[in-house]
Amino acid sequence: MTDVIDLTLNELANKIKSKEISSTEVTSAYVDRSKSSKKLNTYVEETFEQAIKVAKKFDSKPDFEKKLPGIPLAVKDLFCTHNVRTTASSKILKNFIPSYESTVTQNLWDAGAILLGKLNCDEFAMGSSNETSYFGNVISPIDNNLVPGGSSGGSASALAAKLTPATIGTDTGGSIRQPASFTGTVGLKPTYGSCSRYGIVAFASSLDQAGPMTKNVKDCALLLEVMSSFDQKDSTSIDFKRPNYSLELNNNIKGKKIGIPKEYRVDGMPTEIEKLWEKGKEFLKECGAEIVDISLPHTNYALPTYYIVAPAEASSNLARYDGVKYGFRAEGENLIDMYEKTRSQGFGDEVKRRIMIGTYVLSSGYYDAYYLKAQKVRMLIKNDFDEAFNKVDAILTPSTPSSAFKIGDKTDDPVSMYLNDIFTVPVNLAGLPGISIPAGLDKNKYPLGLQIIGKPFDEQGILNIAYSMEEKINFKLNINDWWIK
Amino acid sequence: MDQVNKDQYLIEKNGKQYEVVIGLEVHAQVLSDSKLFSSSATKFGSEPNTQVSLVDAAFPGMLPVINEFCVKQAVKTGIGLNAKINKKSIFDRKNYFYADLPQGYQISQYKDPIVGEGSVVLDLPSGPKTIGIERLHLEQDAGKSIHDIDPSSTLVDLNRSGVALMEIVSKPDLRSPEEVNLYIKKLRSIMRYLGTCDGNMQEGSLRADVNVSVRKVGSDKFGTRCEIKNVNSIKFMQMAIEYEANRQVELIEEGGSIDQETRLFDTKKNQTRSMRSKEDAHDYRYFPDPDLLPLEFDDKFIETIKKEIPELPDQKKIRFIEKFKLSPYEATILVSDLETSKFFEKVIEKSDVKLSANWITGELFALLNEKNLEISQSPISSENLSKLINLISDGTISGKIAKTIFEIMSKEDKDPSIIVEEKGLKQESDPKALETLIQKVLSSNEDKVKQYKSGKDKLFGFFVGQVMKESKGKGNPQLINKILKEKLNG
Amino acid sequence: MIICLKIIYHMSIDLKTVKHISKLSRISIEDEKAKKLEKDLNSIFKWIEQLNQLNTDKVKPLTSIAETTLRLRKDQVISKNIRDDILKNSPKDNKDYFVVPKVVE
Repeated sequence: MTDVIDLTLNELANKIKSKEISSTEVTSAYVDRSKSSKKLNTYVEETFEQAIKVAKKFDSKPDFEKKLPGIPLAVKDLFCTHNVRTTASSKILKNFIPSYESTVTQNLWDAGAILLGKLNCDEFAMGSSNETSYFGNVISPIDNNLVPGGSSGGSASALAAKLTPATIGTDTGGSIRQPASFTGTVGLKPTYGSCSRYGIVAFASSLDQAGPMTKNVKDCALLLEVMSSFDQKDSTSIDFKRPNYSLELNNNIKGKKIGIPKEYRVDGMPTEIEKLWEKGKEFLKECGAEIVDISLPHTNYALPTYYIVAPAEASSNLARYDGVKYGFRAEGENLIDMYEKTRSQGFGDEVKRRIMIGTYVLSSGYYDAYYLKAQKVRMLIKNDFDEAFNKVDAILTPSTPSSAFKIGDKTDDPVSMYLNDIFTVPVNLAGLPGISIPAGLDKNKYPLGLQIIGKPFDEQGILNIAYSMEEKINFKLNINDWWIK
Repeated sequence: MDQVNKDQYLIEKNGKQYEVVIGLEVHAQVLSDSKLFSSSATKFGSEPNTQVSLVDAAFPGMLPVINEFCVKQAVKTGIGLNAKINKKSIFDRKNYFYADLPQGYQISQYKDPIVGEGSVVLDLPSGPKTIGIERLHLEQDAGKSIHDIDPSSTLVDLNRSGVALMEIVSKPDLRSPEEVNLYIKKLRSIMRYLGTCDGNMQEGSLRADVNVSVRKVGSDKFGTRCEIKNVNSIKFMQMAIEYEANRQVELIEEGGSIDQETRLFDTKKNQTRSMRSKEDAHDYRYFPDPDLLPLEFDDKFIETIKKEIPELPDQKKIRFIEKFKLSPYEATILVSDLETSKFFEKVIEKSDVKLSANWITGELFALLNEKNLEISQSPISSENLSKLINLISDGTISGKIAKTIFEIMSKEDKDPSIIVEEKGLKQESDPKALETLIQKVLSSNEDKVKQYKSGKDKLFGFFVGQVMKESKGKGNPQLINKILKEKLNG
Repeated sequence: MIICLKIIYHMSIDLKTVKHISKLSRISIEDEKAKKLEKDLNSIFKWIEQLNQLNTDKVKPLTSIAETTLRLRKDQVISKNIRDDILKNSPKDNKDYFVVPKVVE
């Protein structure tokens, strides 16, 4: 018999519905494994006892109509959870207990899921390696000195290490897709406006989107279906007809046109990635799709644009952490002194660096040269995609320009760290849906991912393409539980 | 050289004359039940922090959702100010740190406001003067910092945080404290007519930042201006302007120069002083709020609001003059306040227009002034005032008696005919009864009658007075005159 | 053929600017760290300024990625008095107010 923790989200749901296993059994299995996996440093807040209580309650009066019946899930600690500490992995929120629930997590609980705990991430989701967390870096289950990627590093690590059957992250510049790629898991960033941002600690409002991180594409479809909803409480939430992604999931992509952007062939990219990309094209052709060469001419400008827009928004979004209403406060001689000490001690270096960048690009005399310029280039990047989508149905790219790197490798050079998001950032700037699926391993046996980018609101389209490729790729993640022994 | 108007407000120093240039940024609280971007209440005077939502207190992950009614109120006000309505406007964040600004930024409109250029007409003694409106935009109010409860700390109440404000920016067209007085009153009047702001300055629903600069008479260049922040009464605005203008003139005459700065009006010392705490906060780093999309509406939206616009003071004034033949002066006073005009129109439903205008602008205003009351708190109802005026019109009482009755009514709002009954104040209009009284007066003043008849016409008034006295003031004066004349001349 | 080279001057960020931004951001920074930041920011901005290679004179800025207009909410009071919830996380205990160091205006 397969171990409970090896089951996919869909399998778990079916087995609970058919009463083969109980919610309590599943929850206990994940709680036990999570407890013995502290080495990975994935959890910042554990709600294990509460989870088992809720599971027992579910079993005593089960509702099998739910899409996630009694399934335990750990979530990124960027989602505010009612009466459960929410920190965004920052000292400045280390004692913050919300009296409210984010819309996305509420959707999970409404679908029958149970909160297992809150997962580590980069502080305020600012990072690509989960090394900026106040609670320490997360270790990838792939190798003991490897980063899981970021910012949803705790989520990716916990998922790959089977500490949660699926999880949710947020993606501002690649924070779901890059760690998914690094850990051999599936991660999807939906179209901007698909998942509500209500109750998610904001990083960069015009880029942030929550999304599913799962073991396979089918789970991804199911979890997205539960997460995505129109929300009156978020002015940027979009009211469109959301399909039943999991029901409509299929592998018929015959005749689909898939674009290959030449600008994604960057200098210094490992040949393994190049090869996997080629293999991806072949698989697509085998499935009956047509490969079309396209150009996204402003790709190179996406990262610098992102590093103006995101810090600018963040500098303003993080102004509310001032020691007045909640969170950490350092005492000061007067109000300004209190602000300056609180924010200096409460934020980590990367967050401070980005607040400073953002403040600078918005400051008097520089707005036009930086912020306005970036908004214009953002328009050009969006136009590139619009034009490409006149010719193709989706775009295939590598998810990252390299596989996972060692802890501490890039912490001294911010720009080299930023370059990690080169393939994911344009998707956020254009507000498009993108999915990363595991595609193979590099010479170190570290996972590599491919990214499929879709038209706005065509999550179904990219899920279907990912689904057909997944069958062909037949990726297996072999993790030997080294951290438990 | 420019012709200098004698009524102009000028400051003289060392034989030189300076003109004062004033522009106002009025912050008018939008009348609405809930806040601009959250669903908490806007009621004034509630317990601290009881009208604060998670959005108002800027909890992590909270997002703004705009109130449709506040948008309509801004458009309505724009129409009332004869202004251009912008069908697309953008909300920006104005970033600065302050204890009562929970988000660390104020959501406001910077480059693309909802309302563009418009105008307001002031009725100056020398004639009408048009004051240009630069723009009107929607923004959030901040909370309140309280410094005098706790000796060692400042306390913050966020009830007001997030309440919708309209910032109405005038062009630098105002030239004297009196013009500022008239401008604020006119603006308030228009908004009260529209129902978009209650204009209550005590409760802070109407406040202004005052920009003041001075220049030599005849100069067409503006001087460096100072901004006096958050002045909350017309009197203080006028005092602040007077102080500030004189300060600037003195500084210039001493050979100094004006620093462009933010100043505070100290109501205890009646002085303005530099606000150092705001010095380094000047860089507001405005940028479009990414939590909100551009605000867009169509012509239909505007047309629907236009249909809801009531008759405004300027139109009402014209109607009062044309239809009721009121003097421009009377009309201006009667329309200046919506409640006054309503009171007037109520009274004239049943009473003579001219008499009503006289009584309201005369006796009633004097009474309200004396008791420091708004017309809505008038001790005499419009119904009873109307009845009183009708008693005069139909000759039941004389104007003089009416004043006595008005006096009684001011203490007890009673039907005046009942007072007339109770106090026996009905006018004596029976010619026979009056003739008896007149006869009595003439008989007891035979010497004066002789003098009169020999040419001392002025004594006629004496006889009238005596008869009035005999009638205890109730005699019909017209009738007394008539009979007396007959008796004396006949 | 004549090749036009657009020379880009990098606007360098000096220590004074770093201090000014830190003041605006209300984040105090010791001198040591300010120097490190000066270095980091300069390398980041040098990299960012490759955007200057692009001519964007005729491009409209993208202000919102969600292709829809602002939804308007009805003017209804829904949020009730939740003072306890609002104040319970505040660093200084007070049942009625938020408390900050004395402000002198």
